[in-house]
Amino acid sequence: MRIFVCIKQVPDSAQIRVHPVTNTIMRQGVPTIINPYDLFGLEEALRLRDRFGGEVTVMTMGPPMASDSLRKALTYGADRAVLLTDRFFAGSDTLATSYALANLIQKASDNWGKPDIVFCGKQTIDGDTAQVGPGIARRLGLTQLTYVSSIDAIDPSHGTITVRRRADHGVQVLQSRLPAMITMMEGSNEIRRGRIEDALRAASAEVVQWNAAAAGITDLGHCGLRGSPTVVKKVFAPPSREEKATLVGEGAANPTAVANDLITQIFARQPVLEGDLMHAAARH
Amino acid sequence: MNSSAPRPAAAAGSRAGMKKELPEHFRSYKHVWVFIEFEQGEIHPVSLELLGEGRKLADQLQVELAGVLLGGCGAALTGAAGICHSYGADVVYVVAHPVLADYRNEPYTRVMTDLVRKFEPEIMLLGATVLGRDLAGSVATTLQTGLTADCTELAIDDERSLAATRPTFGGSLLCTIHTLNFRPQMATVRPRVMPLPVPDTSRTGRIVEYQAELEESDIVTKVIDFLADRNSESAQLAFADVAVAGGLGLRSAENVSLVRDLAQVLGGDWGGSRPLVQKGWIPSDRQIGQTGKTIRPRLYIAAGISGAIQHRVGVEGSDLIVAINTDPNAPIFEFAHLGVVGDATVLLPALTEAFRSRLAVNRLAG
Repeated sequence: MRIFVCIKQVPDSAQIRVHPVTNTIMRQGVPTIINPYDLFGLEEALRLRDRFGGEVTVMTMGPPMASDSLRKALTYGADRAVLLTDRFFAGSDTLATSYALANLIQKASDNWGKPDIVFCGKQTIDGDTAQVGPGIARRLGLTQLTYVSSIDAIDPSHGTITVRRRADHGVQVLQSRLPAMITMMEGSNEIRRGRIEDALRAASAEVVQWNAAAAGITDLGHCGLRGSPTVVKKVFAPPSREEKATLVGEGAANPTAVANDLITQIFARQPVLEGDLMHAAARH
Repeated sequence: MNSSAPRPAAAAGSRAGMKKELPEHFRSYKHVWVFIEFEQGEIHPVSLELLGEGRKLADQLQVELAGVLLGGCGAALTGAAGICHSYGADVVYVVAHPVLADYRNEPYTRVMTDLVRKFEPEIMLLGATVLGRDLAGSVATTLQTGLTADCTELAIDDERSLAATRPTFGGSLLCTIHTLNFRPQMATVRPRVMPLPVPDTSRTGRIVEYQAELEESDIVTKVIDFLADRNSESAQLAFADVAVAGGLGLRSAENVSLVRDLAQVLGGDWGGSRPLVQKGWIPSDRQIGQTGKTIRPRLYIAAGISGAIQHRVGVEGSDLIVAINTDPNAPIFEFAHLGVVGDATVLLPALTEAFRSRLAVNRLAG
């Protein structure tokens, strides 16, 4: 099987601050990791390759330093890594990102053959949008299978696949066709510990680097800020409420006294609630 | 990809200030749409919450509010359309077709994009549910328009465009996003983030039936089974009148029972903060916060929770927030209404007993 896995390098911590004067995001010094949701797709890809043979190619779009995450993916056992990097992509929203990644996948398909499956993360931990995977599927005409908790059956020679998909009120069992874009649910598997051989190989492996032109992207109007229909107008810290919590029970003799003070305050502010709770209690 | 350090500022500097005229072919786009999630014969509550929010936007723009309802059975959809009217929709687009009986990305995307191209809405809102997230990205990509996920606030700015505010960077900050030169302006909102409006059953509206041209044989994905969730215990947490939650201040898995006991006396439901899920003290469907459940109870009691932003956005819609924490500087006291500086493991049992006797006394008196 030929499998592509899209990953994203994300900041490891939510400790990102805003510069008080320029209102810009200060990302410097924050360690980066592979988006944790991407690892479930990577592991699923490696398992399928181990079962059916073939190869796993990991890919991302990002700054040159995103090759760190690609190399990390190689240590888990991915066969090849490709980085799409170009200043034209800076400021991409999800639509522009899916445009670039769809082109990257197209170019990789021309070089190494069309994939049976493209895995994407369910969402990222920094953007949380869950929009790029569906965007890629739509642009490439791939079957879209999101929130997959398990692949029950797959037959690469006939191009069929059966998955369980986590829906809002239950589990859908879907039968569909390859090629597909799949996002895996968290907890559906656990990323392996890479083998020593893979770690050694990854240390010296080449990460293929393409700029926009090398990936065959000629229409830069679809890329980066220019290709993004959404515009971030403002980034701000949540406003603090003017009045802080009224503190209750200070100097009270014991926990029971504090509890009684608190209850009095609660019902003073929510008088109707007391009657409702009383009626509810009476029903039991 | 958010890779370069000053991205939002660059965006604000280079684009936001120079709004171009809306392209000619988008000027006819009018009205606010809400995609109505209709599964297993029921409207998802988030769709009704969005009708309430969409009503405000439509009134401000002085346009119509429409619900868009897709499904397999015409009669069931007509009934659901009536509910949409009572929650504020002026018009409901109804698309009944056997291929649409169960949600599948392919036919739903096709019908939604066809409807947009034909009827030209300026704003489209969807619930940020599994279904809504699966559908929204496909529709926005097909239409090549902007989509803002998980909004916590929607407003119309001076130039009649949608200002969609959402948490960003792991929930530590908020950002406001606009789709300036494309239509429709699309946004998703998580369940319970917006209040459920009060329905007015005397309200009526129009129904526009739309004939979708779909063939089952064209759709590659087949639903071969649906394993409905057994009514999980926590299903009502998002809708509880009273909610009690614990955080790391509980100090042990055993003390989660103190939270449950208080919730039980109050006839409410219970949950916890994200660290408790990570420690395995509570199941993940009990998590309250941005990446868990959003709740809007009349009374919320947070015991031993520090109150990081990601928890705050999940509980801010509560009528009354009571916080118990040993640290007087914990951020939860910034947004709670009532606070007790103290040990949750001591105060929770006292509170449970005090509520029990208070409600019992009142019952006798009543």
